[in-house]
Amino acid sequence: MAEKMLIDARGSFCPGPLMELIAKLKSGEVGDEFEVLSSDKGSAKDIPEWVDKAGHEIVESREDKGVWHITVRKKR
Amino acid sequence: MKILIIGGGMGGTILANNLARRLGSEIKAGKVNLTMLSASEKHFYQPGLLYLAVGQMMPDELYRDQASLLEPGIEFHVDPVTEFHLDDNEVKTQSDRTFSYDVLVVATGSRPNMEEIPGLAENAEMFYTEEGALKMLKSLREFEGGRVVVCVGVPHKCPMAPLEITFMMHDFFKERGILDKVELYYTYPIGRIHSLENVAKWATPEFDQLGIKYETFFNMKEVDGENKMLRSEEGSEVEYDLLITIPSHKGMEVVESQGLGKDGWVPIDRLRLNMEGRDNVFAIGDTTNLPISKAGSTAHFEAEALGENIASMVKIGQPVRDYDGKVFCFIEAGKDRATYASFDYLHPPDPKPPTRAVHWFKVAYNQLYWASARGLL
Repeated sequence: MAEKMLIDARGSFCPGPLMELIAKLKSGEVGDEFEVLSSDKGSAKDIPEWVDKAGHEIVESREDKGVWHITVRKKR
Repeated sequence: MKILIIGGGMGGTILANNLARRLGSEIKAGKVNLTMLSASEKHFYQPGLLYLAVGQMMPDELYRDQASLLEPGIEFHVDPVTEFHLDDNEVKTQSDRTFSYDVLVVATGSRPNMEEIPGLAENAEMFYTEEGALKMLKSLREFEGGRVVVCVGVPHKCPMAPLEITFMMHDFFKERGILDKVELYYTYPIGRIHSLENVAKWATPEFDQLGIKYETFFNMKEVDGENKMLRSEEGSEVEYDLLITIPSHKGMEVVESQGLGKDGWVPIDRLRLNMEGRDNVFAIGDTTNLPISKAGSTAHFEAEALGENIASMVKIGQPVRDYDGKVFCFIEAGKDRATYASFDYLHPPDPKPPTRAVHWFKVAYNQLYWASARGLL
């Protein structure tokens, strides 16, 4: 059964929200969703860019009080 | 009160010495017992492996007797933990002993995970073990020219390592007089050449100036050793003559198998450093699931914050400070130049151009480390 996991990467400059997502996503199952919390506005651009290249899917991307919530579904 | 520290690496050792000094009178009076369990009688200076791989340090410079680094008052046993019984506040060890505790700190570190990528262990060089670093040195010395590909797994220990080994190989081949026969080809998992934006901004023109090629959005998928081909999850492939990897890492097996955290990373509160759902269990260093650098300085600064808090809990019943996410990393930019990055949860780094002075400070720190582990620096 697909799961939804939270990746709280607020305040993560290194390795950063996208690296955290890549690390967690590879040990997940196809269909799992990962909600990344990021305080870096660059995440709204670089996470979707990688997700597109790697063949996964953006489920949601929104900003709330300076925190970006980006949900990604593992597709393969 | 019984304080039990699992792990004799940088974090565990700095914490133990910090507590031994802060709680010296309580330990003498028998009110506090401070115990460390480690898997080895030796303390290993892991950052030295980078230098070992390019012949700039020798293995005997990387080790000290762990007991010699510890303050009096610390009970030290070489007896790795095999079972954690957190509900009963006790652990069991390889020698079949049981250690109970009031406060537990897990500082067991991480390990390279070469098996994650098919073909990687058989075909790539890495420097995260003494054996691996010496094998890599031999390969670098015997290399006669061709394409050297650097590939990076996530998460990995020491976020500066991919850049550092690339710069250092550049100077290594230059000194050997074969740089004109070598093509350095650097790959990186995200859309720039380092996770820290300001580090990437500094390093990209350095790479361009040195003729180091790079490909971003490259996450290793498999290594085809027969055809000397590295393939990525993103669908690209690159041929190599020599493959150098910064492998992904996992937490220690006992942490994973005992259910303390997925992939061996203990989930903790980013400020107090206590394990989620446990007020008397803490984790520091590589062992944690925090989204910050797996680096010696992280372990060092976490150990100082936690030492202050555990001591204050003994003395006044409450912690006195939060860990602010502080990390400090040297960045070697070749054989004789370096810079550094310093940052915390709120402040990104802004690395300056590399200088000889910072490189020599790093070389000095490689020796000063032993004072740092004792908690004197």
